[in-house]
Amino acid sequence: MSENKSETPLLDQLEEGAWPSFVKEIKMAAKKSPMAKDLLGQLERSYKEKISHWKHGGIVGVMGYGGGIIGRYSDLPEKFPGVSHFHTLRVNHPSGWFYKTDALRKICDIWEKHGSGVTNMHGSTGDIILLGTKTDELEPIFAELQKIDFDLGGSGSDMRTPSCCVGQARCEWACYDTMKACYDFTTTYQDELHRPAFPYKFKFKFSGCPNDCVASIARADLSVIGIWRDAIQMDKEAVKEYAASGLDIGRDVAERCPAKCMEWDGKELKIDNQYCRHCMHCINAMPKALSPGKDRGATILLGSKAPIVEGALLSSVLIPFVKMEPPYQEIKDIIAKIWDIWSEEGKNRERVGEFIQRVGLGNFLDAIGLEPQPEMVAHPRENPYVFYEEYFEEDGQEQGK
Amino acid sequence: MAQAVQERRTDFGPPHYEQFLPPVIKKNYGKWKYHEILRPGVMVHVAASGDSLYTVRAASGRLLSVDKIRMYCDLADKYCAGHLRFTSRHNVEFLTDKKENIEPLIADLKKLGHPVGGIGNAISSIVHTQGWIHCHSAATDASGIVKAVMDELIEHFEERKLPGKLRIALACCLNMCGAVHCSDIAILGIHRRPPKINHKNLKKTCGIPNVTASCPTAAIRPATVEGLPSVELIEERCMFCANCYTVCPSMTLNNPLNDGVSIWVGGKVSNARSEPTFSKLAIPYLPNNPPRWPEVTQAVKSLVELWAKNARKYERMGEWIERIGWPKFFKMAGIEFQKEHIDDFKHAGLTFKRSTHLTF
Repeated sequence: MSENKSETPLLDQLEEGAWPSFVKEIKMAAKKSPMAKDLLGQLERSYKEKISHWKHGGIVGVMGYGGGIIGRYSDLPEKFPGVSHFHTLRVNHPSGWFYKTDALRKICDIWEKHGSGVTNMHGSTGDIILLGTKTDELEPIFAELQKIDFDLGGSGSDMRTPSCCVGQARCEWACYDTMKACYDFTTTYQDELHRPAFPYKFKFKFSGCPNDCVASIARADLSVIGIWRDAIQMDKEAVKEYAASGLDIGRDVAERCPAKCMEWDGKELKIDNQYCRHCMHCINAMPKALSPGKDRGATILLGSKAPIVEGALLSSVLIPFVKMEPPYQEIKDIIAKIWDIWSEEGKNRERVGEFIQRVGLGNFLDAIGLEPQPEMVAHPRENPYVFYEEYFEEDGQEQGK
Repeated sequence: MAQAVQERRTDFGPPHYEQFLPPVIKKNYGKWKYHEILRPGVMVHVAASGDSLYTVRAASGRLLSVDKIRMYCDLADKYCAGHLRFTSRHNVEFLTDKKENIEPLIADLKKLGHPVGGIGNAISSIVHTQGWIHCHSAATDASGIVKAVMDELIEHFEERKLPGKLRIALACCLNMCGAVHCSDIAILGIHRRPPKINHKNLKKTCGIPNVTASCPTAAIRPATVEGLPSVELIEERCMFCANCYTVCPSMTLNNPLNDGVSIWVGGKVSNARSEPTFSKLAIPYLPNNPPRWPEVTQAVKSLVELWAKNARKYERMGEWIERIGWPKFFKMAGIEFQKEHIDDFKHAGLTFKRSTHLTF
């Protein structure tokens, strides 16, 4: 390929417009990297033919790790030799995606030297994605990443790189230290992260409040969502200021409360906290006046996933409230039991949410030693086909568990 | 595999975040009191100590060259003592305790071609997958559609004139690496034809029990084809999920003539007001029409405008539709309700209308 623009007439059209252009980014990388140049060429071909030109998979990695690198090969290697191999590295990002420029510049230098110079900041799971390099470069890249204290993330049937919201670093709503928890769980489970040994992937996401900015309820097998148990904190003067500034507290706050536990008489806001569902709406609407209570912790939910294989799931409540303090032993004990039963009984490519659907939540709770609680269901069962386990014998003995 | 290097360290995990935090964050960690949106894309967080932290959020295309990251670094060095972060939706955020830095920083970001916004009642960046840039199973491209759609919706990123938040996500196949299934608007790449089976290679490249087990509708079973051990497919049971292709390269789903895009609406992950919920099918099929996917772009824009015009304050897309009812939504959106809109997988019955709560 030459610098001649006419070689990518379709992609060139995506350089126009106000939104940042990925085509410009690839072209910027292509000034230095033949890989990025051929990426552009192959992508133009896909745009013309409306089909992907990547081959299916390919197992590559670094010594001692089973995950962290996605193998990728072009199906047009003669035409685009620069992307004949085009493997991706997933690099475990720091909690909350905070960086200092010196660290980022070092990553850029490594990637410019050994790869395509194209990245994603970040991938969907949260990792730094270094997009496209050759097999021979993998060990040297990993060696250089080690020197600057960056390790690989997860891929395949392992624990995937955990991620978290910004939490207490910047957010007044964070009901626990999400970044600390994310770092702690990530380092605790390094073996599970780097060596795939589960039936399928397992994701953790840590959100500081029910606004759930990292979408943990939809995207994590284990969702840790911050919550509080006591009354919403209220600054009555600040409430008045919101009213004075034109906020219709009756219509836009109290009436939007899903529990209808708020009353606004034009002067005073009353909250019947025993019925509060902790949805966050009133707090979102009046951040200067209202904030989560002081008795803070998290709800642990389990099982969400995208459609593959048996359909998409949202996580459901496993532990309604737990205090989030290091070393988080109560949660880790339960995780150990979940991984035991799921690794033992789960089918190949069966996420934990699907596993629970198959064996039943009641049986799953028995297996991990948790008592059923009404918070775990939207409502009790409607169908009368109950697997009763307790009954009386003629001799008066009670049977069952 | 290349030779392992000496003095190898493994399993040391990510760098500790603390070394990357600005001093004002370290000092006020866990002691923030409230925040305000000062203008589109700019927030101030105020701590109990009285300290303020200013955040300027800019769009990034998710796909970044190392030189662009270095340009971000230059700005962070110039205005933020070297501190920056990224968000869960691929935005870049510059953090400073100096209010006077906001204006020049925004000006420099605009010069760089990165719009500032995405906070409050606005559209934030589109979460998306790799598409044709890196994925073998992509039914459409990701970055191209995102670019074309956001070019159209840029005003709603840069301003705050929507009734509530709007979250758009794109996944280029049903694997949904981007987990788009709980978005206000989800753009989803779809296949519409069954896999083409390469009987010659199948046994060499795939475990037959794995392939048969991968099918959610049991449409695949072991078979001997032309003397070779392979699988056969009951085509009328295939719903084009591409799960078999995920485990077996000899079951190709990609089909340029028939692959395309579907549009889903009304999902959310936040617990605010209503509970988190899945997105529902609005448009079953739109064609792949690179480089700018005009049909997809127009459909998304129309949906955003319809919601913006009709929703009440704070009402997310799904909350608005829930209030007016789905028949009204289809009528107002001018979308024909078709057989594809009716679920026929597990628990489909739960999605049927089981009352006379109807509007006419």
